[in-house]
Amino acid sequence: MAELTQQERFKIKRHEMPNQDQIERRSNYNEVALGYTEAMAREEAERCLQCKKPKCVEGCPVGVLIPQFVKALREGDMVKAVEWMKVKNNLPAICGRVCPQERQCEGNCIVGKKGEPVAIGRLERFVGDFELANRTCPLVKAPKTGKRVAIVGSGPAGLTCAVDVAREGHDVTIFESLHGPGGVLVYGIPEFRLPKSVVHGEINYAADCLGIDIKTDHVIGRSFTLDELLSDYDAVFLGTGAGLPSFMRIPGINYNGVMSANEFLTRVNLMKAYRFPEFDTPVKVGKKVAVIGAGNVAMDSVRCSLRLQALQAEKTGNGSGEVHMVYRRSRDEVPAREEEFHHAGEEGVIFDFLTNPLEILGDKDGSVRAMRCIRMKLGEPDQSGRRQPVPIEGSEFEMEVDTVIMALGTSPNPLVFVEAEGLERTKHGTALADLETGRTKKTRVWAGGDVVTGAATVISAMGAGKRAAADIHKVLKGEATW
Amino acid sequence: MYKILKKEVLSDVTKLMDVQAPHVARKAKAGQFIIVRIDEEGERIPLTIADYSRDSGTITIIFQEVGKSTKQLGRMEPGEELATFVGPLGHPTDIKNFGTIVCVGGGVGIAPIYPIARSLKEAGNTVLSIIGARNKDLLFWEEKMRAVSDELIICTDDGSYGRKSLVTEPLKELLENPGRKISHVWAIGPAIMMKFIAQTTKPYNVPTVVSLNTVMIDGTGMCGGCRVLLDDGAQFVCVDGPEFDGHKVDWNNLLSRLQFYRKEEQLAVEHWEHKCRLEGALAEGGKR
Repeated sequence: MAELTQQERFKIKRHEMPNQDQIERRSNYNEVALGYTEAMAREEAERCLQCKKPKCVEGCPVGVLIPQFVKALREGDMVKAVEWMKVKNNLPAICGRVCPQERQCEGNCIVGKKGEPVAIGRLERFVGDFELANRTCPLVKAPKTGKRVAIVGSGPAGLTCAVDVAREGHDVTIFESLHGPGGVLVYGIPEFRLPKSVVHGEINYAADCLGIDIKTDHVIGRSFTLDELLSDYDAVFLGTGAGLPSFMRIPGINYNGVMSANEFLTRVNLMKAYRFPEFDTPVKVGKKVAVIGAGNVAMDSVRCSLRLQALQAEKTGNGSGEVHMVYRRSRDEVPAREEEFHHAGEEGVIFDFLTNPLEILGDKDGSVRAMRCIRMKLGEPDQSGRRQPVPIEGSEFEMEVDTVIMALGTSPNPLVFVEAEGLERTKHGTALADLETGRTKKTRVWAGGDVVTGAATVISAMGAGKRAAADIHKVLKGEATW
Repeated sequence: MYKILKKEVLSDVTKLMDVQAPHVARKAKAGQFIIVRIDEEGERIPLTIADYSRDSGTITIIFQEVGKSTKQLGRMEPGEELATFVGPLGHPTDIKNFGTIVCVGGGVGIAPIYPIARSLKEAGNTVLSIIGARNKDLLFWEEKMRAVSDELIICTDDGSYGRKSLVTEPLKELLENPGRKISHVWAIGPAIMMKFIAQTTKPYNVPTVVSLNTVMIDGTGMCGGCRVLLDDGAQFVCVDGPEFDGHKVDWNNLLSRLQFYRKEEQLAVEHWEHKCRLEGALAEGGKR
């Protein structure tokens, strides 16, 4: 294709993502976003203006070299595109699917100032999927240094740190408490949004190339303590995430049918309860589900509930039911990624904004029968800058429900702090660590991702893993002192 | 993968296994539990640690075949391997010299009470033990329990062995005996038994430790499915327990939560038995 003028680039319309039919997908767990074809990807790449000072890169927590990979892509040089991608991002097939691009790269895109931004996330996914299928650019390990690094947790932070540290020639062992690697990528994010084959593909590919040893079923704080790891390894990185669920402090949370989003999603995703009884772990959703919260985890819970109801309806021949998302603020404050909110709406969730549960009510058998809620209105902005929801007096009402899923955020698991003297914690339970280097208050221990920041995004955890890896390497090489 | 090294059939439905898991054995203590998953389709189930050997890197588990996973596990033989074996999880029992204590083990709960009784005995306590089961066939480890107890009382519900009574009867007698001065009671067994043990000791104000076995997935505090209501709010059995003050537990809530997946458990058993029959029939067909 001949070189286009800026005007011509502006005229190309942003390619919609091909999606699975919105009715059909309600009763299956297959991926919803199907991915660009090569023609779509190349045409979308033509929309990029190749800015001299790319704002998109500034918006990316790991600083992916976006103009470079997009240029290679539109020239049809996929191998080159992968090479550019891997300078900064070793897990593009994952990021391309789960990053909140509208607030990062795409949110900064100059094309987006006048029209719609370049679909950078979709292009990233296209490049990532190409590499998973073709493996053109294996990661290369530098000559062995003889240094040993332990990574605790195999989620986005731990994996990214492991890969970057291993590339420098250090021996890396990852300790994972669950039976498979991936952390929140496998227990939290559903198959229809991030297929497990993609996660396992990315992890196995990187681990094979770099000789990373992944020890599953190892709970640090129980099987081994942090201090024990320090006697065996030169450096330890904690990427244990924020795995502890929060429950509302209201009466009735222990009735049958009330669960944390963590329990619900773990049953569905990690344990594959949607395939029960072929898989052993069951999950129960009733006819009327209320998911409390409006973050990404809430959207995942809503969308899993809709699918489980539809699957149940197919089996029994009965009608499927309702799924409500109950949120105390309004539409404008919804913290979820735009695409997830949009998909949840398409799939039929009922949004109950400005609604706050006060109490969960049970029947005589100890199962949920309803929630007593109150209507809210928006008042003055609070510390976060968002308008504070305040209860409307006298507006209490009962909402009949048989399943309540609480998606109210999570905090770090305290197990890793067992027998780890000197590892300081904030009052929120997060590890105290320098955000630039990842250094904690305990010598030779780094930390990054949700364990430091509290629940955030996959990509910000990857960014933290990356920064810590750079500092670990400097210290191990003797270029920096602790 | 974690290899089964030894299997003992303690009764028709109660099996003992030694499993090779050095990463668990190196730190295991009385009162803690493990999570096991048999294969890739398997569920994660908690089992209390009945014994351990740091030297050989093994953990002893004892289980009763009640659901799909325990039935399937019961059919496995030495040499076969388990997909997942995680631990030691939960807090170990607080072992010190309390004076005179009572250890009660009901049914398969005899297994986890044993290492606790042994540790308490080693710490200098006078250990009075009560073990019980529905009938003689379901009793096991009588001699092992006797070896770590100053006195051992055996009960069966049907009187087929030992005294014909529930475990609460001899416990009440011990509590009423002014010469005894019982300072603590440990009780492990079915939830309903622990409920009545707690009721029995309550009027005497004797601290009563129970070890709860609730529905769990990860066992590390992540899912919260195991939460139990205490007088002062909800706690997680996996990370806050598994031992709790029996007088503070909301037993009715616990019992109702244990029933929640009853129908699905039944379905899983039926599905599995059907699959086994099919496979059996296919194997038979192959021979012909």
